[in-house]
Amino acid sequence: MAKIIGGLSTSHIPAVGNAVAKELFEDPYWKPFFDGFPAIRGWLDEHKPDVAINIYNDHGLGFFLDCMPTFAIGAAHEYVNEDEGWGIPVMPPYEGDAKLSWHIIESMVEDEFDITSCQELAVDHGFTVPTQLFWPGLQKNPNFPRIIPISANTVQHPIPTLKRALAFGRALRRAILSYPEDIKVVVLGTGGLSHQLDGERAGHINKEFDLMCMDKIVDDPDELTKISRHELVRQAGAQGTEFLMWMMMRGALGDKVKLVHKNYHIPISNTGAGTMLMECIE
Amino acid sequence: MEIKDFDHHAPIEGTTLFDGEMAMKGYALNKMCFSFNGAPARDAYLADPEGYMTSFKLNDEQKQACRDKNVLAMIAAGGNIYYLAKFAGIYKLDVQDVGAQQTGMTKEAFKEKLLRQGD
Repeated sequence: MAKIIGGLSTSHIPAVGNAVAKELFEDPYWKPFFDGFPAIRGWLDEHKPDVAINIYNDHGLGFFLDCMPTFAIGAAHEYVNEDEGWGIPVMPPYEGDAKLSWHIIESMVEDEFDITSCQELAVDHGFTVPTQLFWPGLQKNPNFPRIIPISANTVQHPIPTLKRALAFGRALRRAILSYPEDIKVVVLGTGGLSHQLDGERAGHINKEFDLMCMDKIVDDPDELTKISRHELVRQAGAQGTEFLMWMMMRGALGDKVKLVHKNYHIPISNTGAGTMLMECIE
Repeated sequence: MEIKDFDHHAPIEGTTLFDGEMAMKGYALNKMCFSFNGAPARDAYLADPEGYMTSFKLNDEQKQACRDKNVLAMIAAGGNIYYLAKFAGIYKLDVQDVGAQQTGMTKEAFKEKLLRQGD
């Protein structure tokens, strides 16, 4: 049977894509951020997951306001990255796992989650940047897993609640654990942490709130579901709502997890940048 | 920081929630900006901004905000920042340029403000 071995989170800021391309790993501005990754890469090299579920939010490449799915799951053999308009390098296509995708979709709809399935989906920096950070070299990395994208809407309100995001992750867990093949799965939930790009409040970052979220998500994620969407915007900033992805990931890890690694640094671009690795215990 | 102390209804200063009302208001503007994912669209806009805006049926408020490259005015006209970022990309403006413009700061001062929040 399939097994979930752990969860990874990071911010997925576009500027990181440029910094990776320019190899700014030792640059004084970037070093405190990139230093958060060797420990996670070591863990991935040791455990070698076969599949990564990559939970992110599309920022206007794969979806537009004509049809905006609240929760979309990739169901393709391959996913392409495309030009997003501001010059970050385009990554080569990613190999999916369509059989597992459809198993997850079947299971989650049976579980009463209403899913949008995508047989074509252009994946943006929210998807590509974390893969570059966790598996340097991507397809050239011998441990690069097959990847299934899951995107949640944070472009347009109403966005999902934190409670729904956590419940989504728990349903995703049930789906993966019921898959008959003996594969190891890692779940990524990326975005955030606090940042706001738009309005007179642009540049808002909330360190205290970010650190509280990174603390509570380990042992008491249900406590975070008491935060309303409105309050999430107020505390974390208009784009800090991407923390929803972390909650979806956390739900998929089971009740008890072991925190293996975490890192937090301000600022990367306009953002409070957090990175975590939690290992599943059950 | 205690979650029980949060106020779930207080207005959020300097923030426009992009909801259904704004999504309807800004649809044409956002659709044009979404097109800028493609290089041919970016070139077409630069070659003839007025014609390109008209082809996407932008209203006068939206057109003027684009002519002025005024981000706050584009947001007031229904623009969503994720799509507006693609408009900014045409002019090689990054999110610090956009942040500085909206807050009335120099880019250097805006970047300093970001750095200070790590203290």
